[in-house]
Amino acid sequence: MTLLNEESMWENLKSQFILNFVKDHRYRLLLSGLLETLKITFFAVIIGVVIGIIVAAVVSSYSQNKERMKRRGGFSFHLLRFLNGICNIYLAVIRGTPTVVQLMIGYFIIWASSNNELFVASMVFGINSGAYVAEIFRSGIGSVDKGQFEAGRSIGFNYFQTMRYIIIPQAFKNVLPTLGNEAITLLKETSVAGYVGIMDLTKAGDLIRSRTYSAFLPLIAVAATYLVLVLILTFLQHKLERSLKKNER
Amino acid sequence: MSVLQVSDIKKKFGKNEVLKGISFNLEKGEVLSVIGASGSGKTTLLRCLNFLETADEGTISVNGEKIFDGKNSKRKNDAELRKDRLHFGLVFQDFNLFPQYTVFKNVTLAPTLLKTDTEENINKKALALIKRVGLIEKKDAFPCELSGGQKQRVAIARALCMNPDILCFDEPTSALDPELTGEVLNVIRGLKTGDSTMIVVTHEMGFAREVSDKIIYMADGVIEEQGSPEDIFENPKSEKLKNFLSKSLENQIKED
Repeated sequence: MTLLNEESMWENLKSQFILNFVKDHRYRLLLSGLLETLKITFFAVIIGVVIGIIVAAVVSSYSQNKERMKRRGGFSFHLLRFLNGICNIYLAVIRGTPTVVQLMIGYFIIWASSNNELFVASMVFGINSGAYVAEIFRSGIGSVDKGQFEAGRSIGFNYFQTMRYIIIPQAFKNVLPTLGNEAITLLKETSVAGYVGIMDLTKAGDLIRSRTYSAFLPLIAVAATYLVLVLILTFLQHKLERSLKKNER
Repeated sequence: MSVLQVSDIKKKFGKNEVLKGISFNLEKGEVLSVIGASGSGKTTLLRCLNFLETADEGTISVNGEKIFDGKNSKRKNDAELRKDRLHFGLVFQDFNLFPQYTVFKNVTLAPTLLKTDTEENINKKALALIKRVGLIEKKDAFPCELSGGQKQRVAIARALCMNPDILCFDEPTSALDPELTGEVLNVIRGLKTGDSTMIVVTHEMGFAREVSDKIIYMADGVIEEQGSPEDIFENPKSEKLKNFLSKSLENQIKED
């Protein structure tokens, strides 16, 4: 009796598998969804890091130099103060609103005329991630010992040389684990792209579910795919960290 | 003509007056030690000389040229400030080597970037300096592979590679184990014979006495007493200095 049950369970699973993944080439939906997710994540990470570097550079150079620059005044001080204000508004707005809302605003308002879903999604997730990356870089710059700034300046470096050759290499190493976590978070966060009809991995799994009326396999497959991607990213992150830790006790 | 003329330097942090008018002269090749209790303003004085802090009042002249005047300190731009700062080299209490670069790169980085000389000459000079501080076999090591004393010796080479007129030491042995202070002090002794002009802020009384041409005793932001090592250590005039010396002697005995 139990044997029969087990057999029928396997039979059932097999037919479910065929229904959800093989019939009508449904696996292709998942594959193209996966590709879309990877593309969005890839471009969003790049956009996020670029924005993050710029914003962190403006915010931390303002906070480090404002006393000295204020004394001298002039155009560059006002420009920097203005940019600092813009960056702070950006940080507050992005971190203060939900990603899904930002996505809908991007899709239905800002880039409403664009047909390029990949572009819109990459921009929205990139701009979103940039705020978090900026905070990560800022704390990374803050984590470098003050003595390193002073050592740089005492041998005649200007602010940018000190940052470029002394502070940023150390800050980068300090923030690498957090930066890796941000990439992982971003990968998973792109799963809300389906909200505006972008066919990413999650949306593809959901589409199969709605066609086959069976939720278990498509959703488990989607979850497992994210998990594998995250494990791969984690592995790469650890490997990079180890290679950067060589000149450290 | 004096290499360094410091006149009436004052510095406040908020309401806390750390330097209340410091004046002294230093001749070429002289070694000046600055001693005094913690909080007496020794380090702040050194930082004002290196423009890591901006003094509120007073003047600083190097080789007769006035490089700082408290009355118009705001007029200088960053590039001028950097040029002035290079009259001074600074060796920090906690070394502040750049951990991501090798010993050799630590020493050559600044002169190479600021193009003080041809690359060949800079490299040659850096190697000679690393040799002089006794670390030629460590030239490709990273700072984390060095002991504290070795790190400090690299820091000395790094400061010297920029050809400062005056080399400043901010408690160069305070972060070191007692058995490592000797090697750093030996390097500084070696520099004295090499005709370098130096200012050493130190708690090592024996060393200050041995190596200095002139000693300044600071207390509460003023120069309480200054003179030759004999004057300071054998005929201290002020009560404060007598107290300070007997206390540091006690500590010395305790440590030994």
